[in-house]
Amino acid sequence: MSSTTTAAAHDDHHHGPEKGLLRWIKTTNHKDIGTLYLWFSFVMLLVGGALAMGIRAELLQPGLQLFEPQFFNQLTTMHGLIMVFGAIMPAFVGLANWLIPMMVGAPDMALPRMNNWSFWILPFAGAILISTFFMEGGAPAFGWTFYAPLSTTFAPDSTDFFIFAVHLLGFSSIMGSINIIATVLNMKAPEMRLMDMPLFVWTWLITSFLLIGAMPVLAGAVTMMLTDRNFGTAFFDATGGGDPVMFQHIFWFFGHPEVYIMILPAFGIISHIIPTFARKPLFGYSSMVYATASIAFLSYIVWAHHMFLTGMPVAGELYFMYATMLIAVPTGVKVFNWVATMWKGSMTFETPMLWALSFVFLFTIGGFSGLMLGIAPADIQYHDTYFVVAHFHYVLVTGALWGIIAAVFYWLPKWTGKMYNETLGKVHFWWSLISVNVLFFPQHFLGLAGMPRRIPDYALQFADFNYISSIGAFSFGLSFLLFTYIVVDCIRNGKPADARPWPSAKGLEWTLSSPAAYHSFGEPPTRAEILAESQHS
Amino acid sequence: MKLLLTLAGAITALLSSKSVLAEYGLNMTQGITDISKDIYGLHMMVFWVCVAIGVVVFGAMFYSIIAHRKSKGAKAAHFHESTTVEFLWTGVPILILIAMAIPASKTLIDIEVLDKADMTVKVTGMQWKWQYDYPEEGISFVSNLSQSSRDVVDGTPEEREAVDNDDTYLLSVDKRLVVPVDTTIRFLITSSDVIHNWWVPAFAVKQDANPGFINDAWAKPSEIGTYRGQCAELCGKDHGFMPIVVDVVSKADYAEWVESMQAEKVAEAASATMVWTEDDLVAKGETIYNANCSGCHQKDGSGMPGVFPAMIGSSVTNGPAADHLNIVINGKGGMPAFKMLSDSELASVITYERRSFGNNGSVVQPSDVTSAR
Repeated sequence: MSSTTTAAAHDDHHHGPEKGLLRWIKTTNHKDIGTLYLWFSFVMLLVGGALAMGIRAELLQPGLQLFEPQFFNQLTTMHGLIMVFGAIMPAFVGLANWLIPMMVGAPDMALPRMNNWSFWILPFAGAILISTFFMEGGAPAFGWTFYAPLSTTFAPDSTDFFIFAVHLLGFSSIMGSINIIATVLNMKAPEMRLMDMPLFVWTWLITSFLLIGAMPVLAGAVTMMLTDRNFGTAFFDATGGGDPVMFQHIFWFFGHPEVYIMILPAFGIISHIIPTFARKPLFGYSSMVYATASIAFLSYIVWAHHMFLTGMPVAGELYFMYATMLIAVPTGVKVFNWVATMWKGSMTFETPMLWALSFVFLFTIGGFSGLMLGIAPADIQYHDTYFVVAHFHYVLVTGALWGIIAAVFYWLPKWTGKMYNETLGKVHFWWSLISVNVLFFPQHFLGLAGMPRRIPDYALQFADFNYISSIGAFSFGLSFLLFTYIVVDCIRNGKPADARPWPSAKGLEWTLSSPAAYHSFGEPPTRAEILAESQHS
Repeated sequence: MKLLLTLAGAITALLSSKSVLAEYGLNMTQGITDISKDIYGLHMMVFWVCVAIGVVVFGAMFYSIIAHRKSKGAKAAHFHESTTVEFLWTGVPILILIAMAIPASKTLIDIEVLDKADMTVKVTGMQWKWQYDYPEEGISFVSNLSQSSRDVVDGTPEEREAVDNDDTYLLSVDKRLVVPVDTTIRFLITSSDVIHNWWVPAFAVKQDANPGFINDAWAKPSEIGTYRGQCAELCGKDHGFMPIVVDVVSKADYAEWVESMQAEKVAEAASATMVWTEDDLVAKGETIYNANCSGCHQKDGSGMPGVFPAMIGSSVTNGPAADHLNIVINGKGGMPAFKMLSDSELASVITYERRSFGNNGSVVQPSDVTSAR
């Protein structure tokens, strides 16, 4: 490590970025790669969002107006895949790239060339995935969960491209998480102890272990699909001695940790923003760390709560119900700690704080519906209805995505050296908040009233709530145009930002200039600096 | 602004509609079995627990947001740790969860443990219809989305409302499942192609239909009436178009229905030994084709390139009848087996496929099907 820092400090040729397009292709700089990840995930968010607009447009009214059912299934499948693998996950990796080295006082990521590679796999994987829309037989149409045998014997030819894309995305994620673990454990300032690390670093460290455990299982699942489809195996085909339910076990052994992969870093982000704007240290720093680790551990042993209706024995159902309910405990601890951080603070409500507060409120609503879904007997009536759709959009949109947007507003001054327009930021927040609830809240009612998910047309009694939901969707979709404008306007015309634009913010990143220099922390911070900026002082 | 106005309009329209609560469900059905009522009770209990927790947590949060704000001159305190509080808010939720887990476990065991059923119905999901078999009564039939709904999927809103006045748009079928009231019915649920899920909310029965495996579920419906459900597992293109309709009837009506179904079966067997005219075969075949085949191969026989082969000019529909019979009876790859159709039904639909869409295949008689089986 010392040789890295010496080289960065003394070699005159490596002080600034290269000029032109090659800078972005060849870069090994964590800030450049973070930027690439964030822009890529934003483009994917817009693509996935456009597909969602298509879904809601078809569901605006009963009857089939715009799309054939097969194409509708392609839309829901690709919307899910693009949002999970293209938008949310890369956005968090982008934030990790930008922030973790600055937060732990490291000059860069531990494995910069691998960092470049793990990003540059993504555009190709994304392009392969999206290109399936233009193939004969269309894109994958079996849902983002791709249950066999619908995804094997009964799937379009483009499924093999989907399998390849998933493999590539998996490689990228595994390399990204190895890099983060190596950076956090080997590159953090020598004077920084584990329990000095900011929560975002902690949550990402734990998330990386989830990724390393879960992604190879996904790779295994799609490889078995590949051989079932092309090489005559029968892993998931009962006529050859296989079992389609085994697919679901393997998928959800990946899939359940995956949902925590998408939310834990957001927990970290919120744990930075609330103390800053409450002007009070984070309440229960160490219990936050332990709660995150507990959630991660539990996430590996609850997978079959997605499978209560597959015909599991009653003992299995009871176990998975109890284990699932248990997750409410550490998750509750986090929410209580955030509220205790606000308590007796001195709060102001700048845009990042608005996103963080609404995250706490709306994520908790998603948590409540999650608890309801965990009750196995009640899940009989909830399973595969719009109640589930409402639930996971509350935790993924107003949870994960909310955390990402909060992070963008919070650290944008550090990245760009400029302030965004606060008035527009607030307008955008309230617009998003209202429309996202108009979009997703009625879906609870639809699900309870009996509307299954993944259907292109519905009985007339579901018409009104679908109409409202679609209107909310169009409004929420449009709000991203304003978001784009705010970010671009900040980069181009923003007023210069202070090194510490939020005066009560703590963290080593705020000791750097705004924008942070291309190479930072050539010298590691001292113990005194670390303690002054730690979250539990 | 325009969007907000539209939205406000939509909400006003919704709230001012008289029948809003009666017609538009906001909550889970209570259903007509003891189990479905228990599940509803659990659902409401957990819901109110969540509401109570929400009131406390969000109450504290919003109190803090209002009272502890800088603009009101609030000065930040500096406490940031309390082991007592952490223990408290770890322990209390655990107690609440245990209190919820006890009734939930009891209901779950009630659902899963069935000593003795009065009758059995086998439910087989297939793309995109349900087959019902009554093994003891020797009854077997396939239940498709009704033609009245199918016809207006691309139609006008008025046409769909007309279907709703008559039956229920997308929730009506050509042949309903009929079961007697106050009887414990065991459902054996399986699939012949992909995974489906047989869901009747009023029975609180929702069970995956896995190809190659048989799941079971049971219900004891306590009220006579018509109950509707849908497939609840994505099963391909027409997943949204394979509803379930169950008539729960009195025991006497059920006995009568069983008799009539058995008589129909005898008549059907007799018709299979006759020689049919081509016109009769084609006329009967068109109905069967539209209900069973048009979902994939399309009403005009054009299929879907890369997924579902076309009927028009195909080497199967114009080639030897034996190959055509083999594919329809036994299936091939993604094409399901249709051996549950009767000989005369198979002969009609195969003849329809061979003589329509400009095809020039030979006529197939029920006796050909009998020997091909």
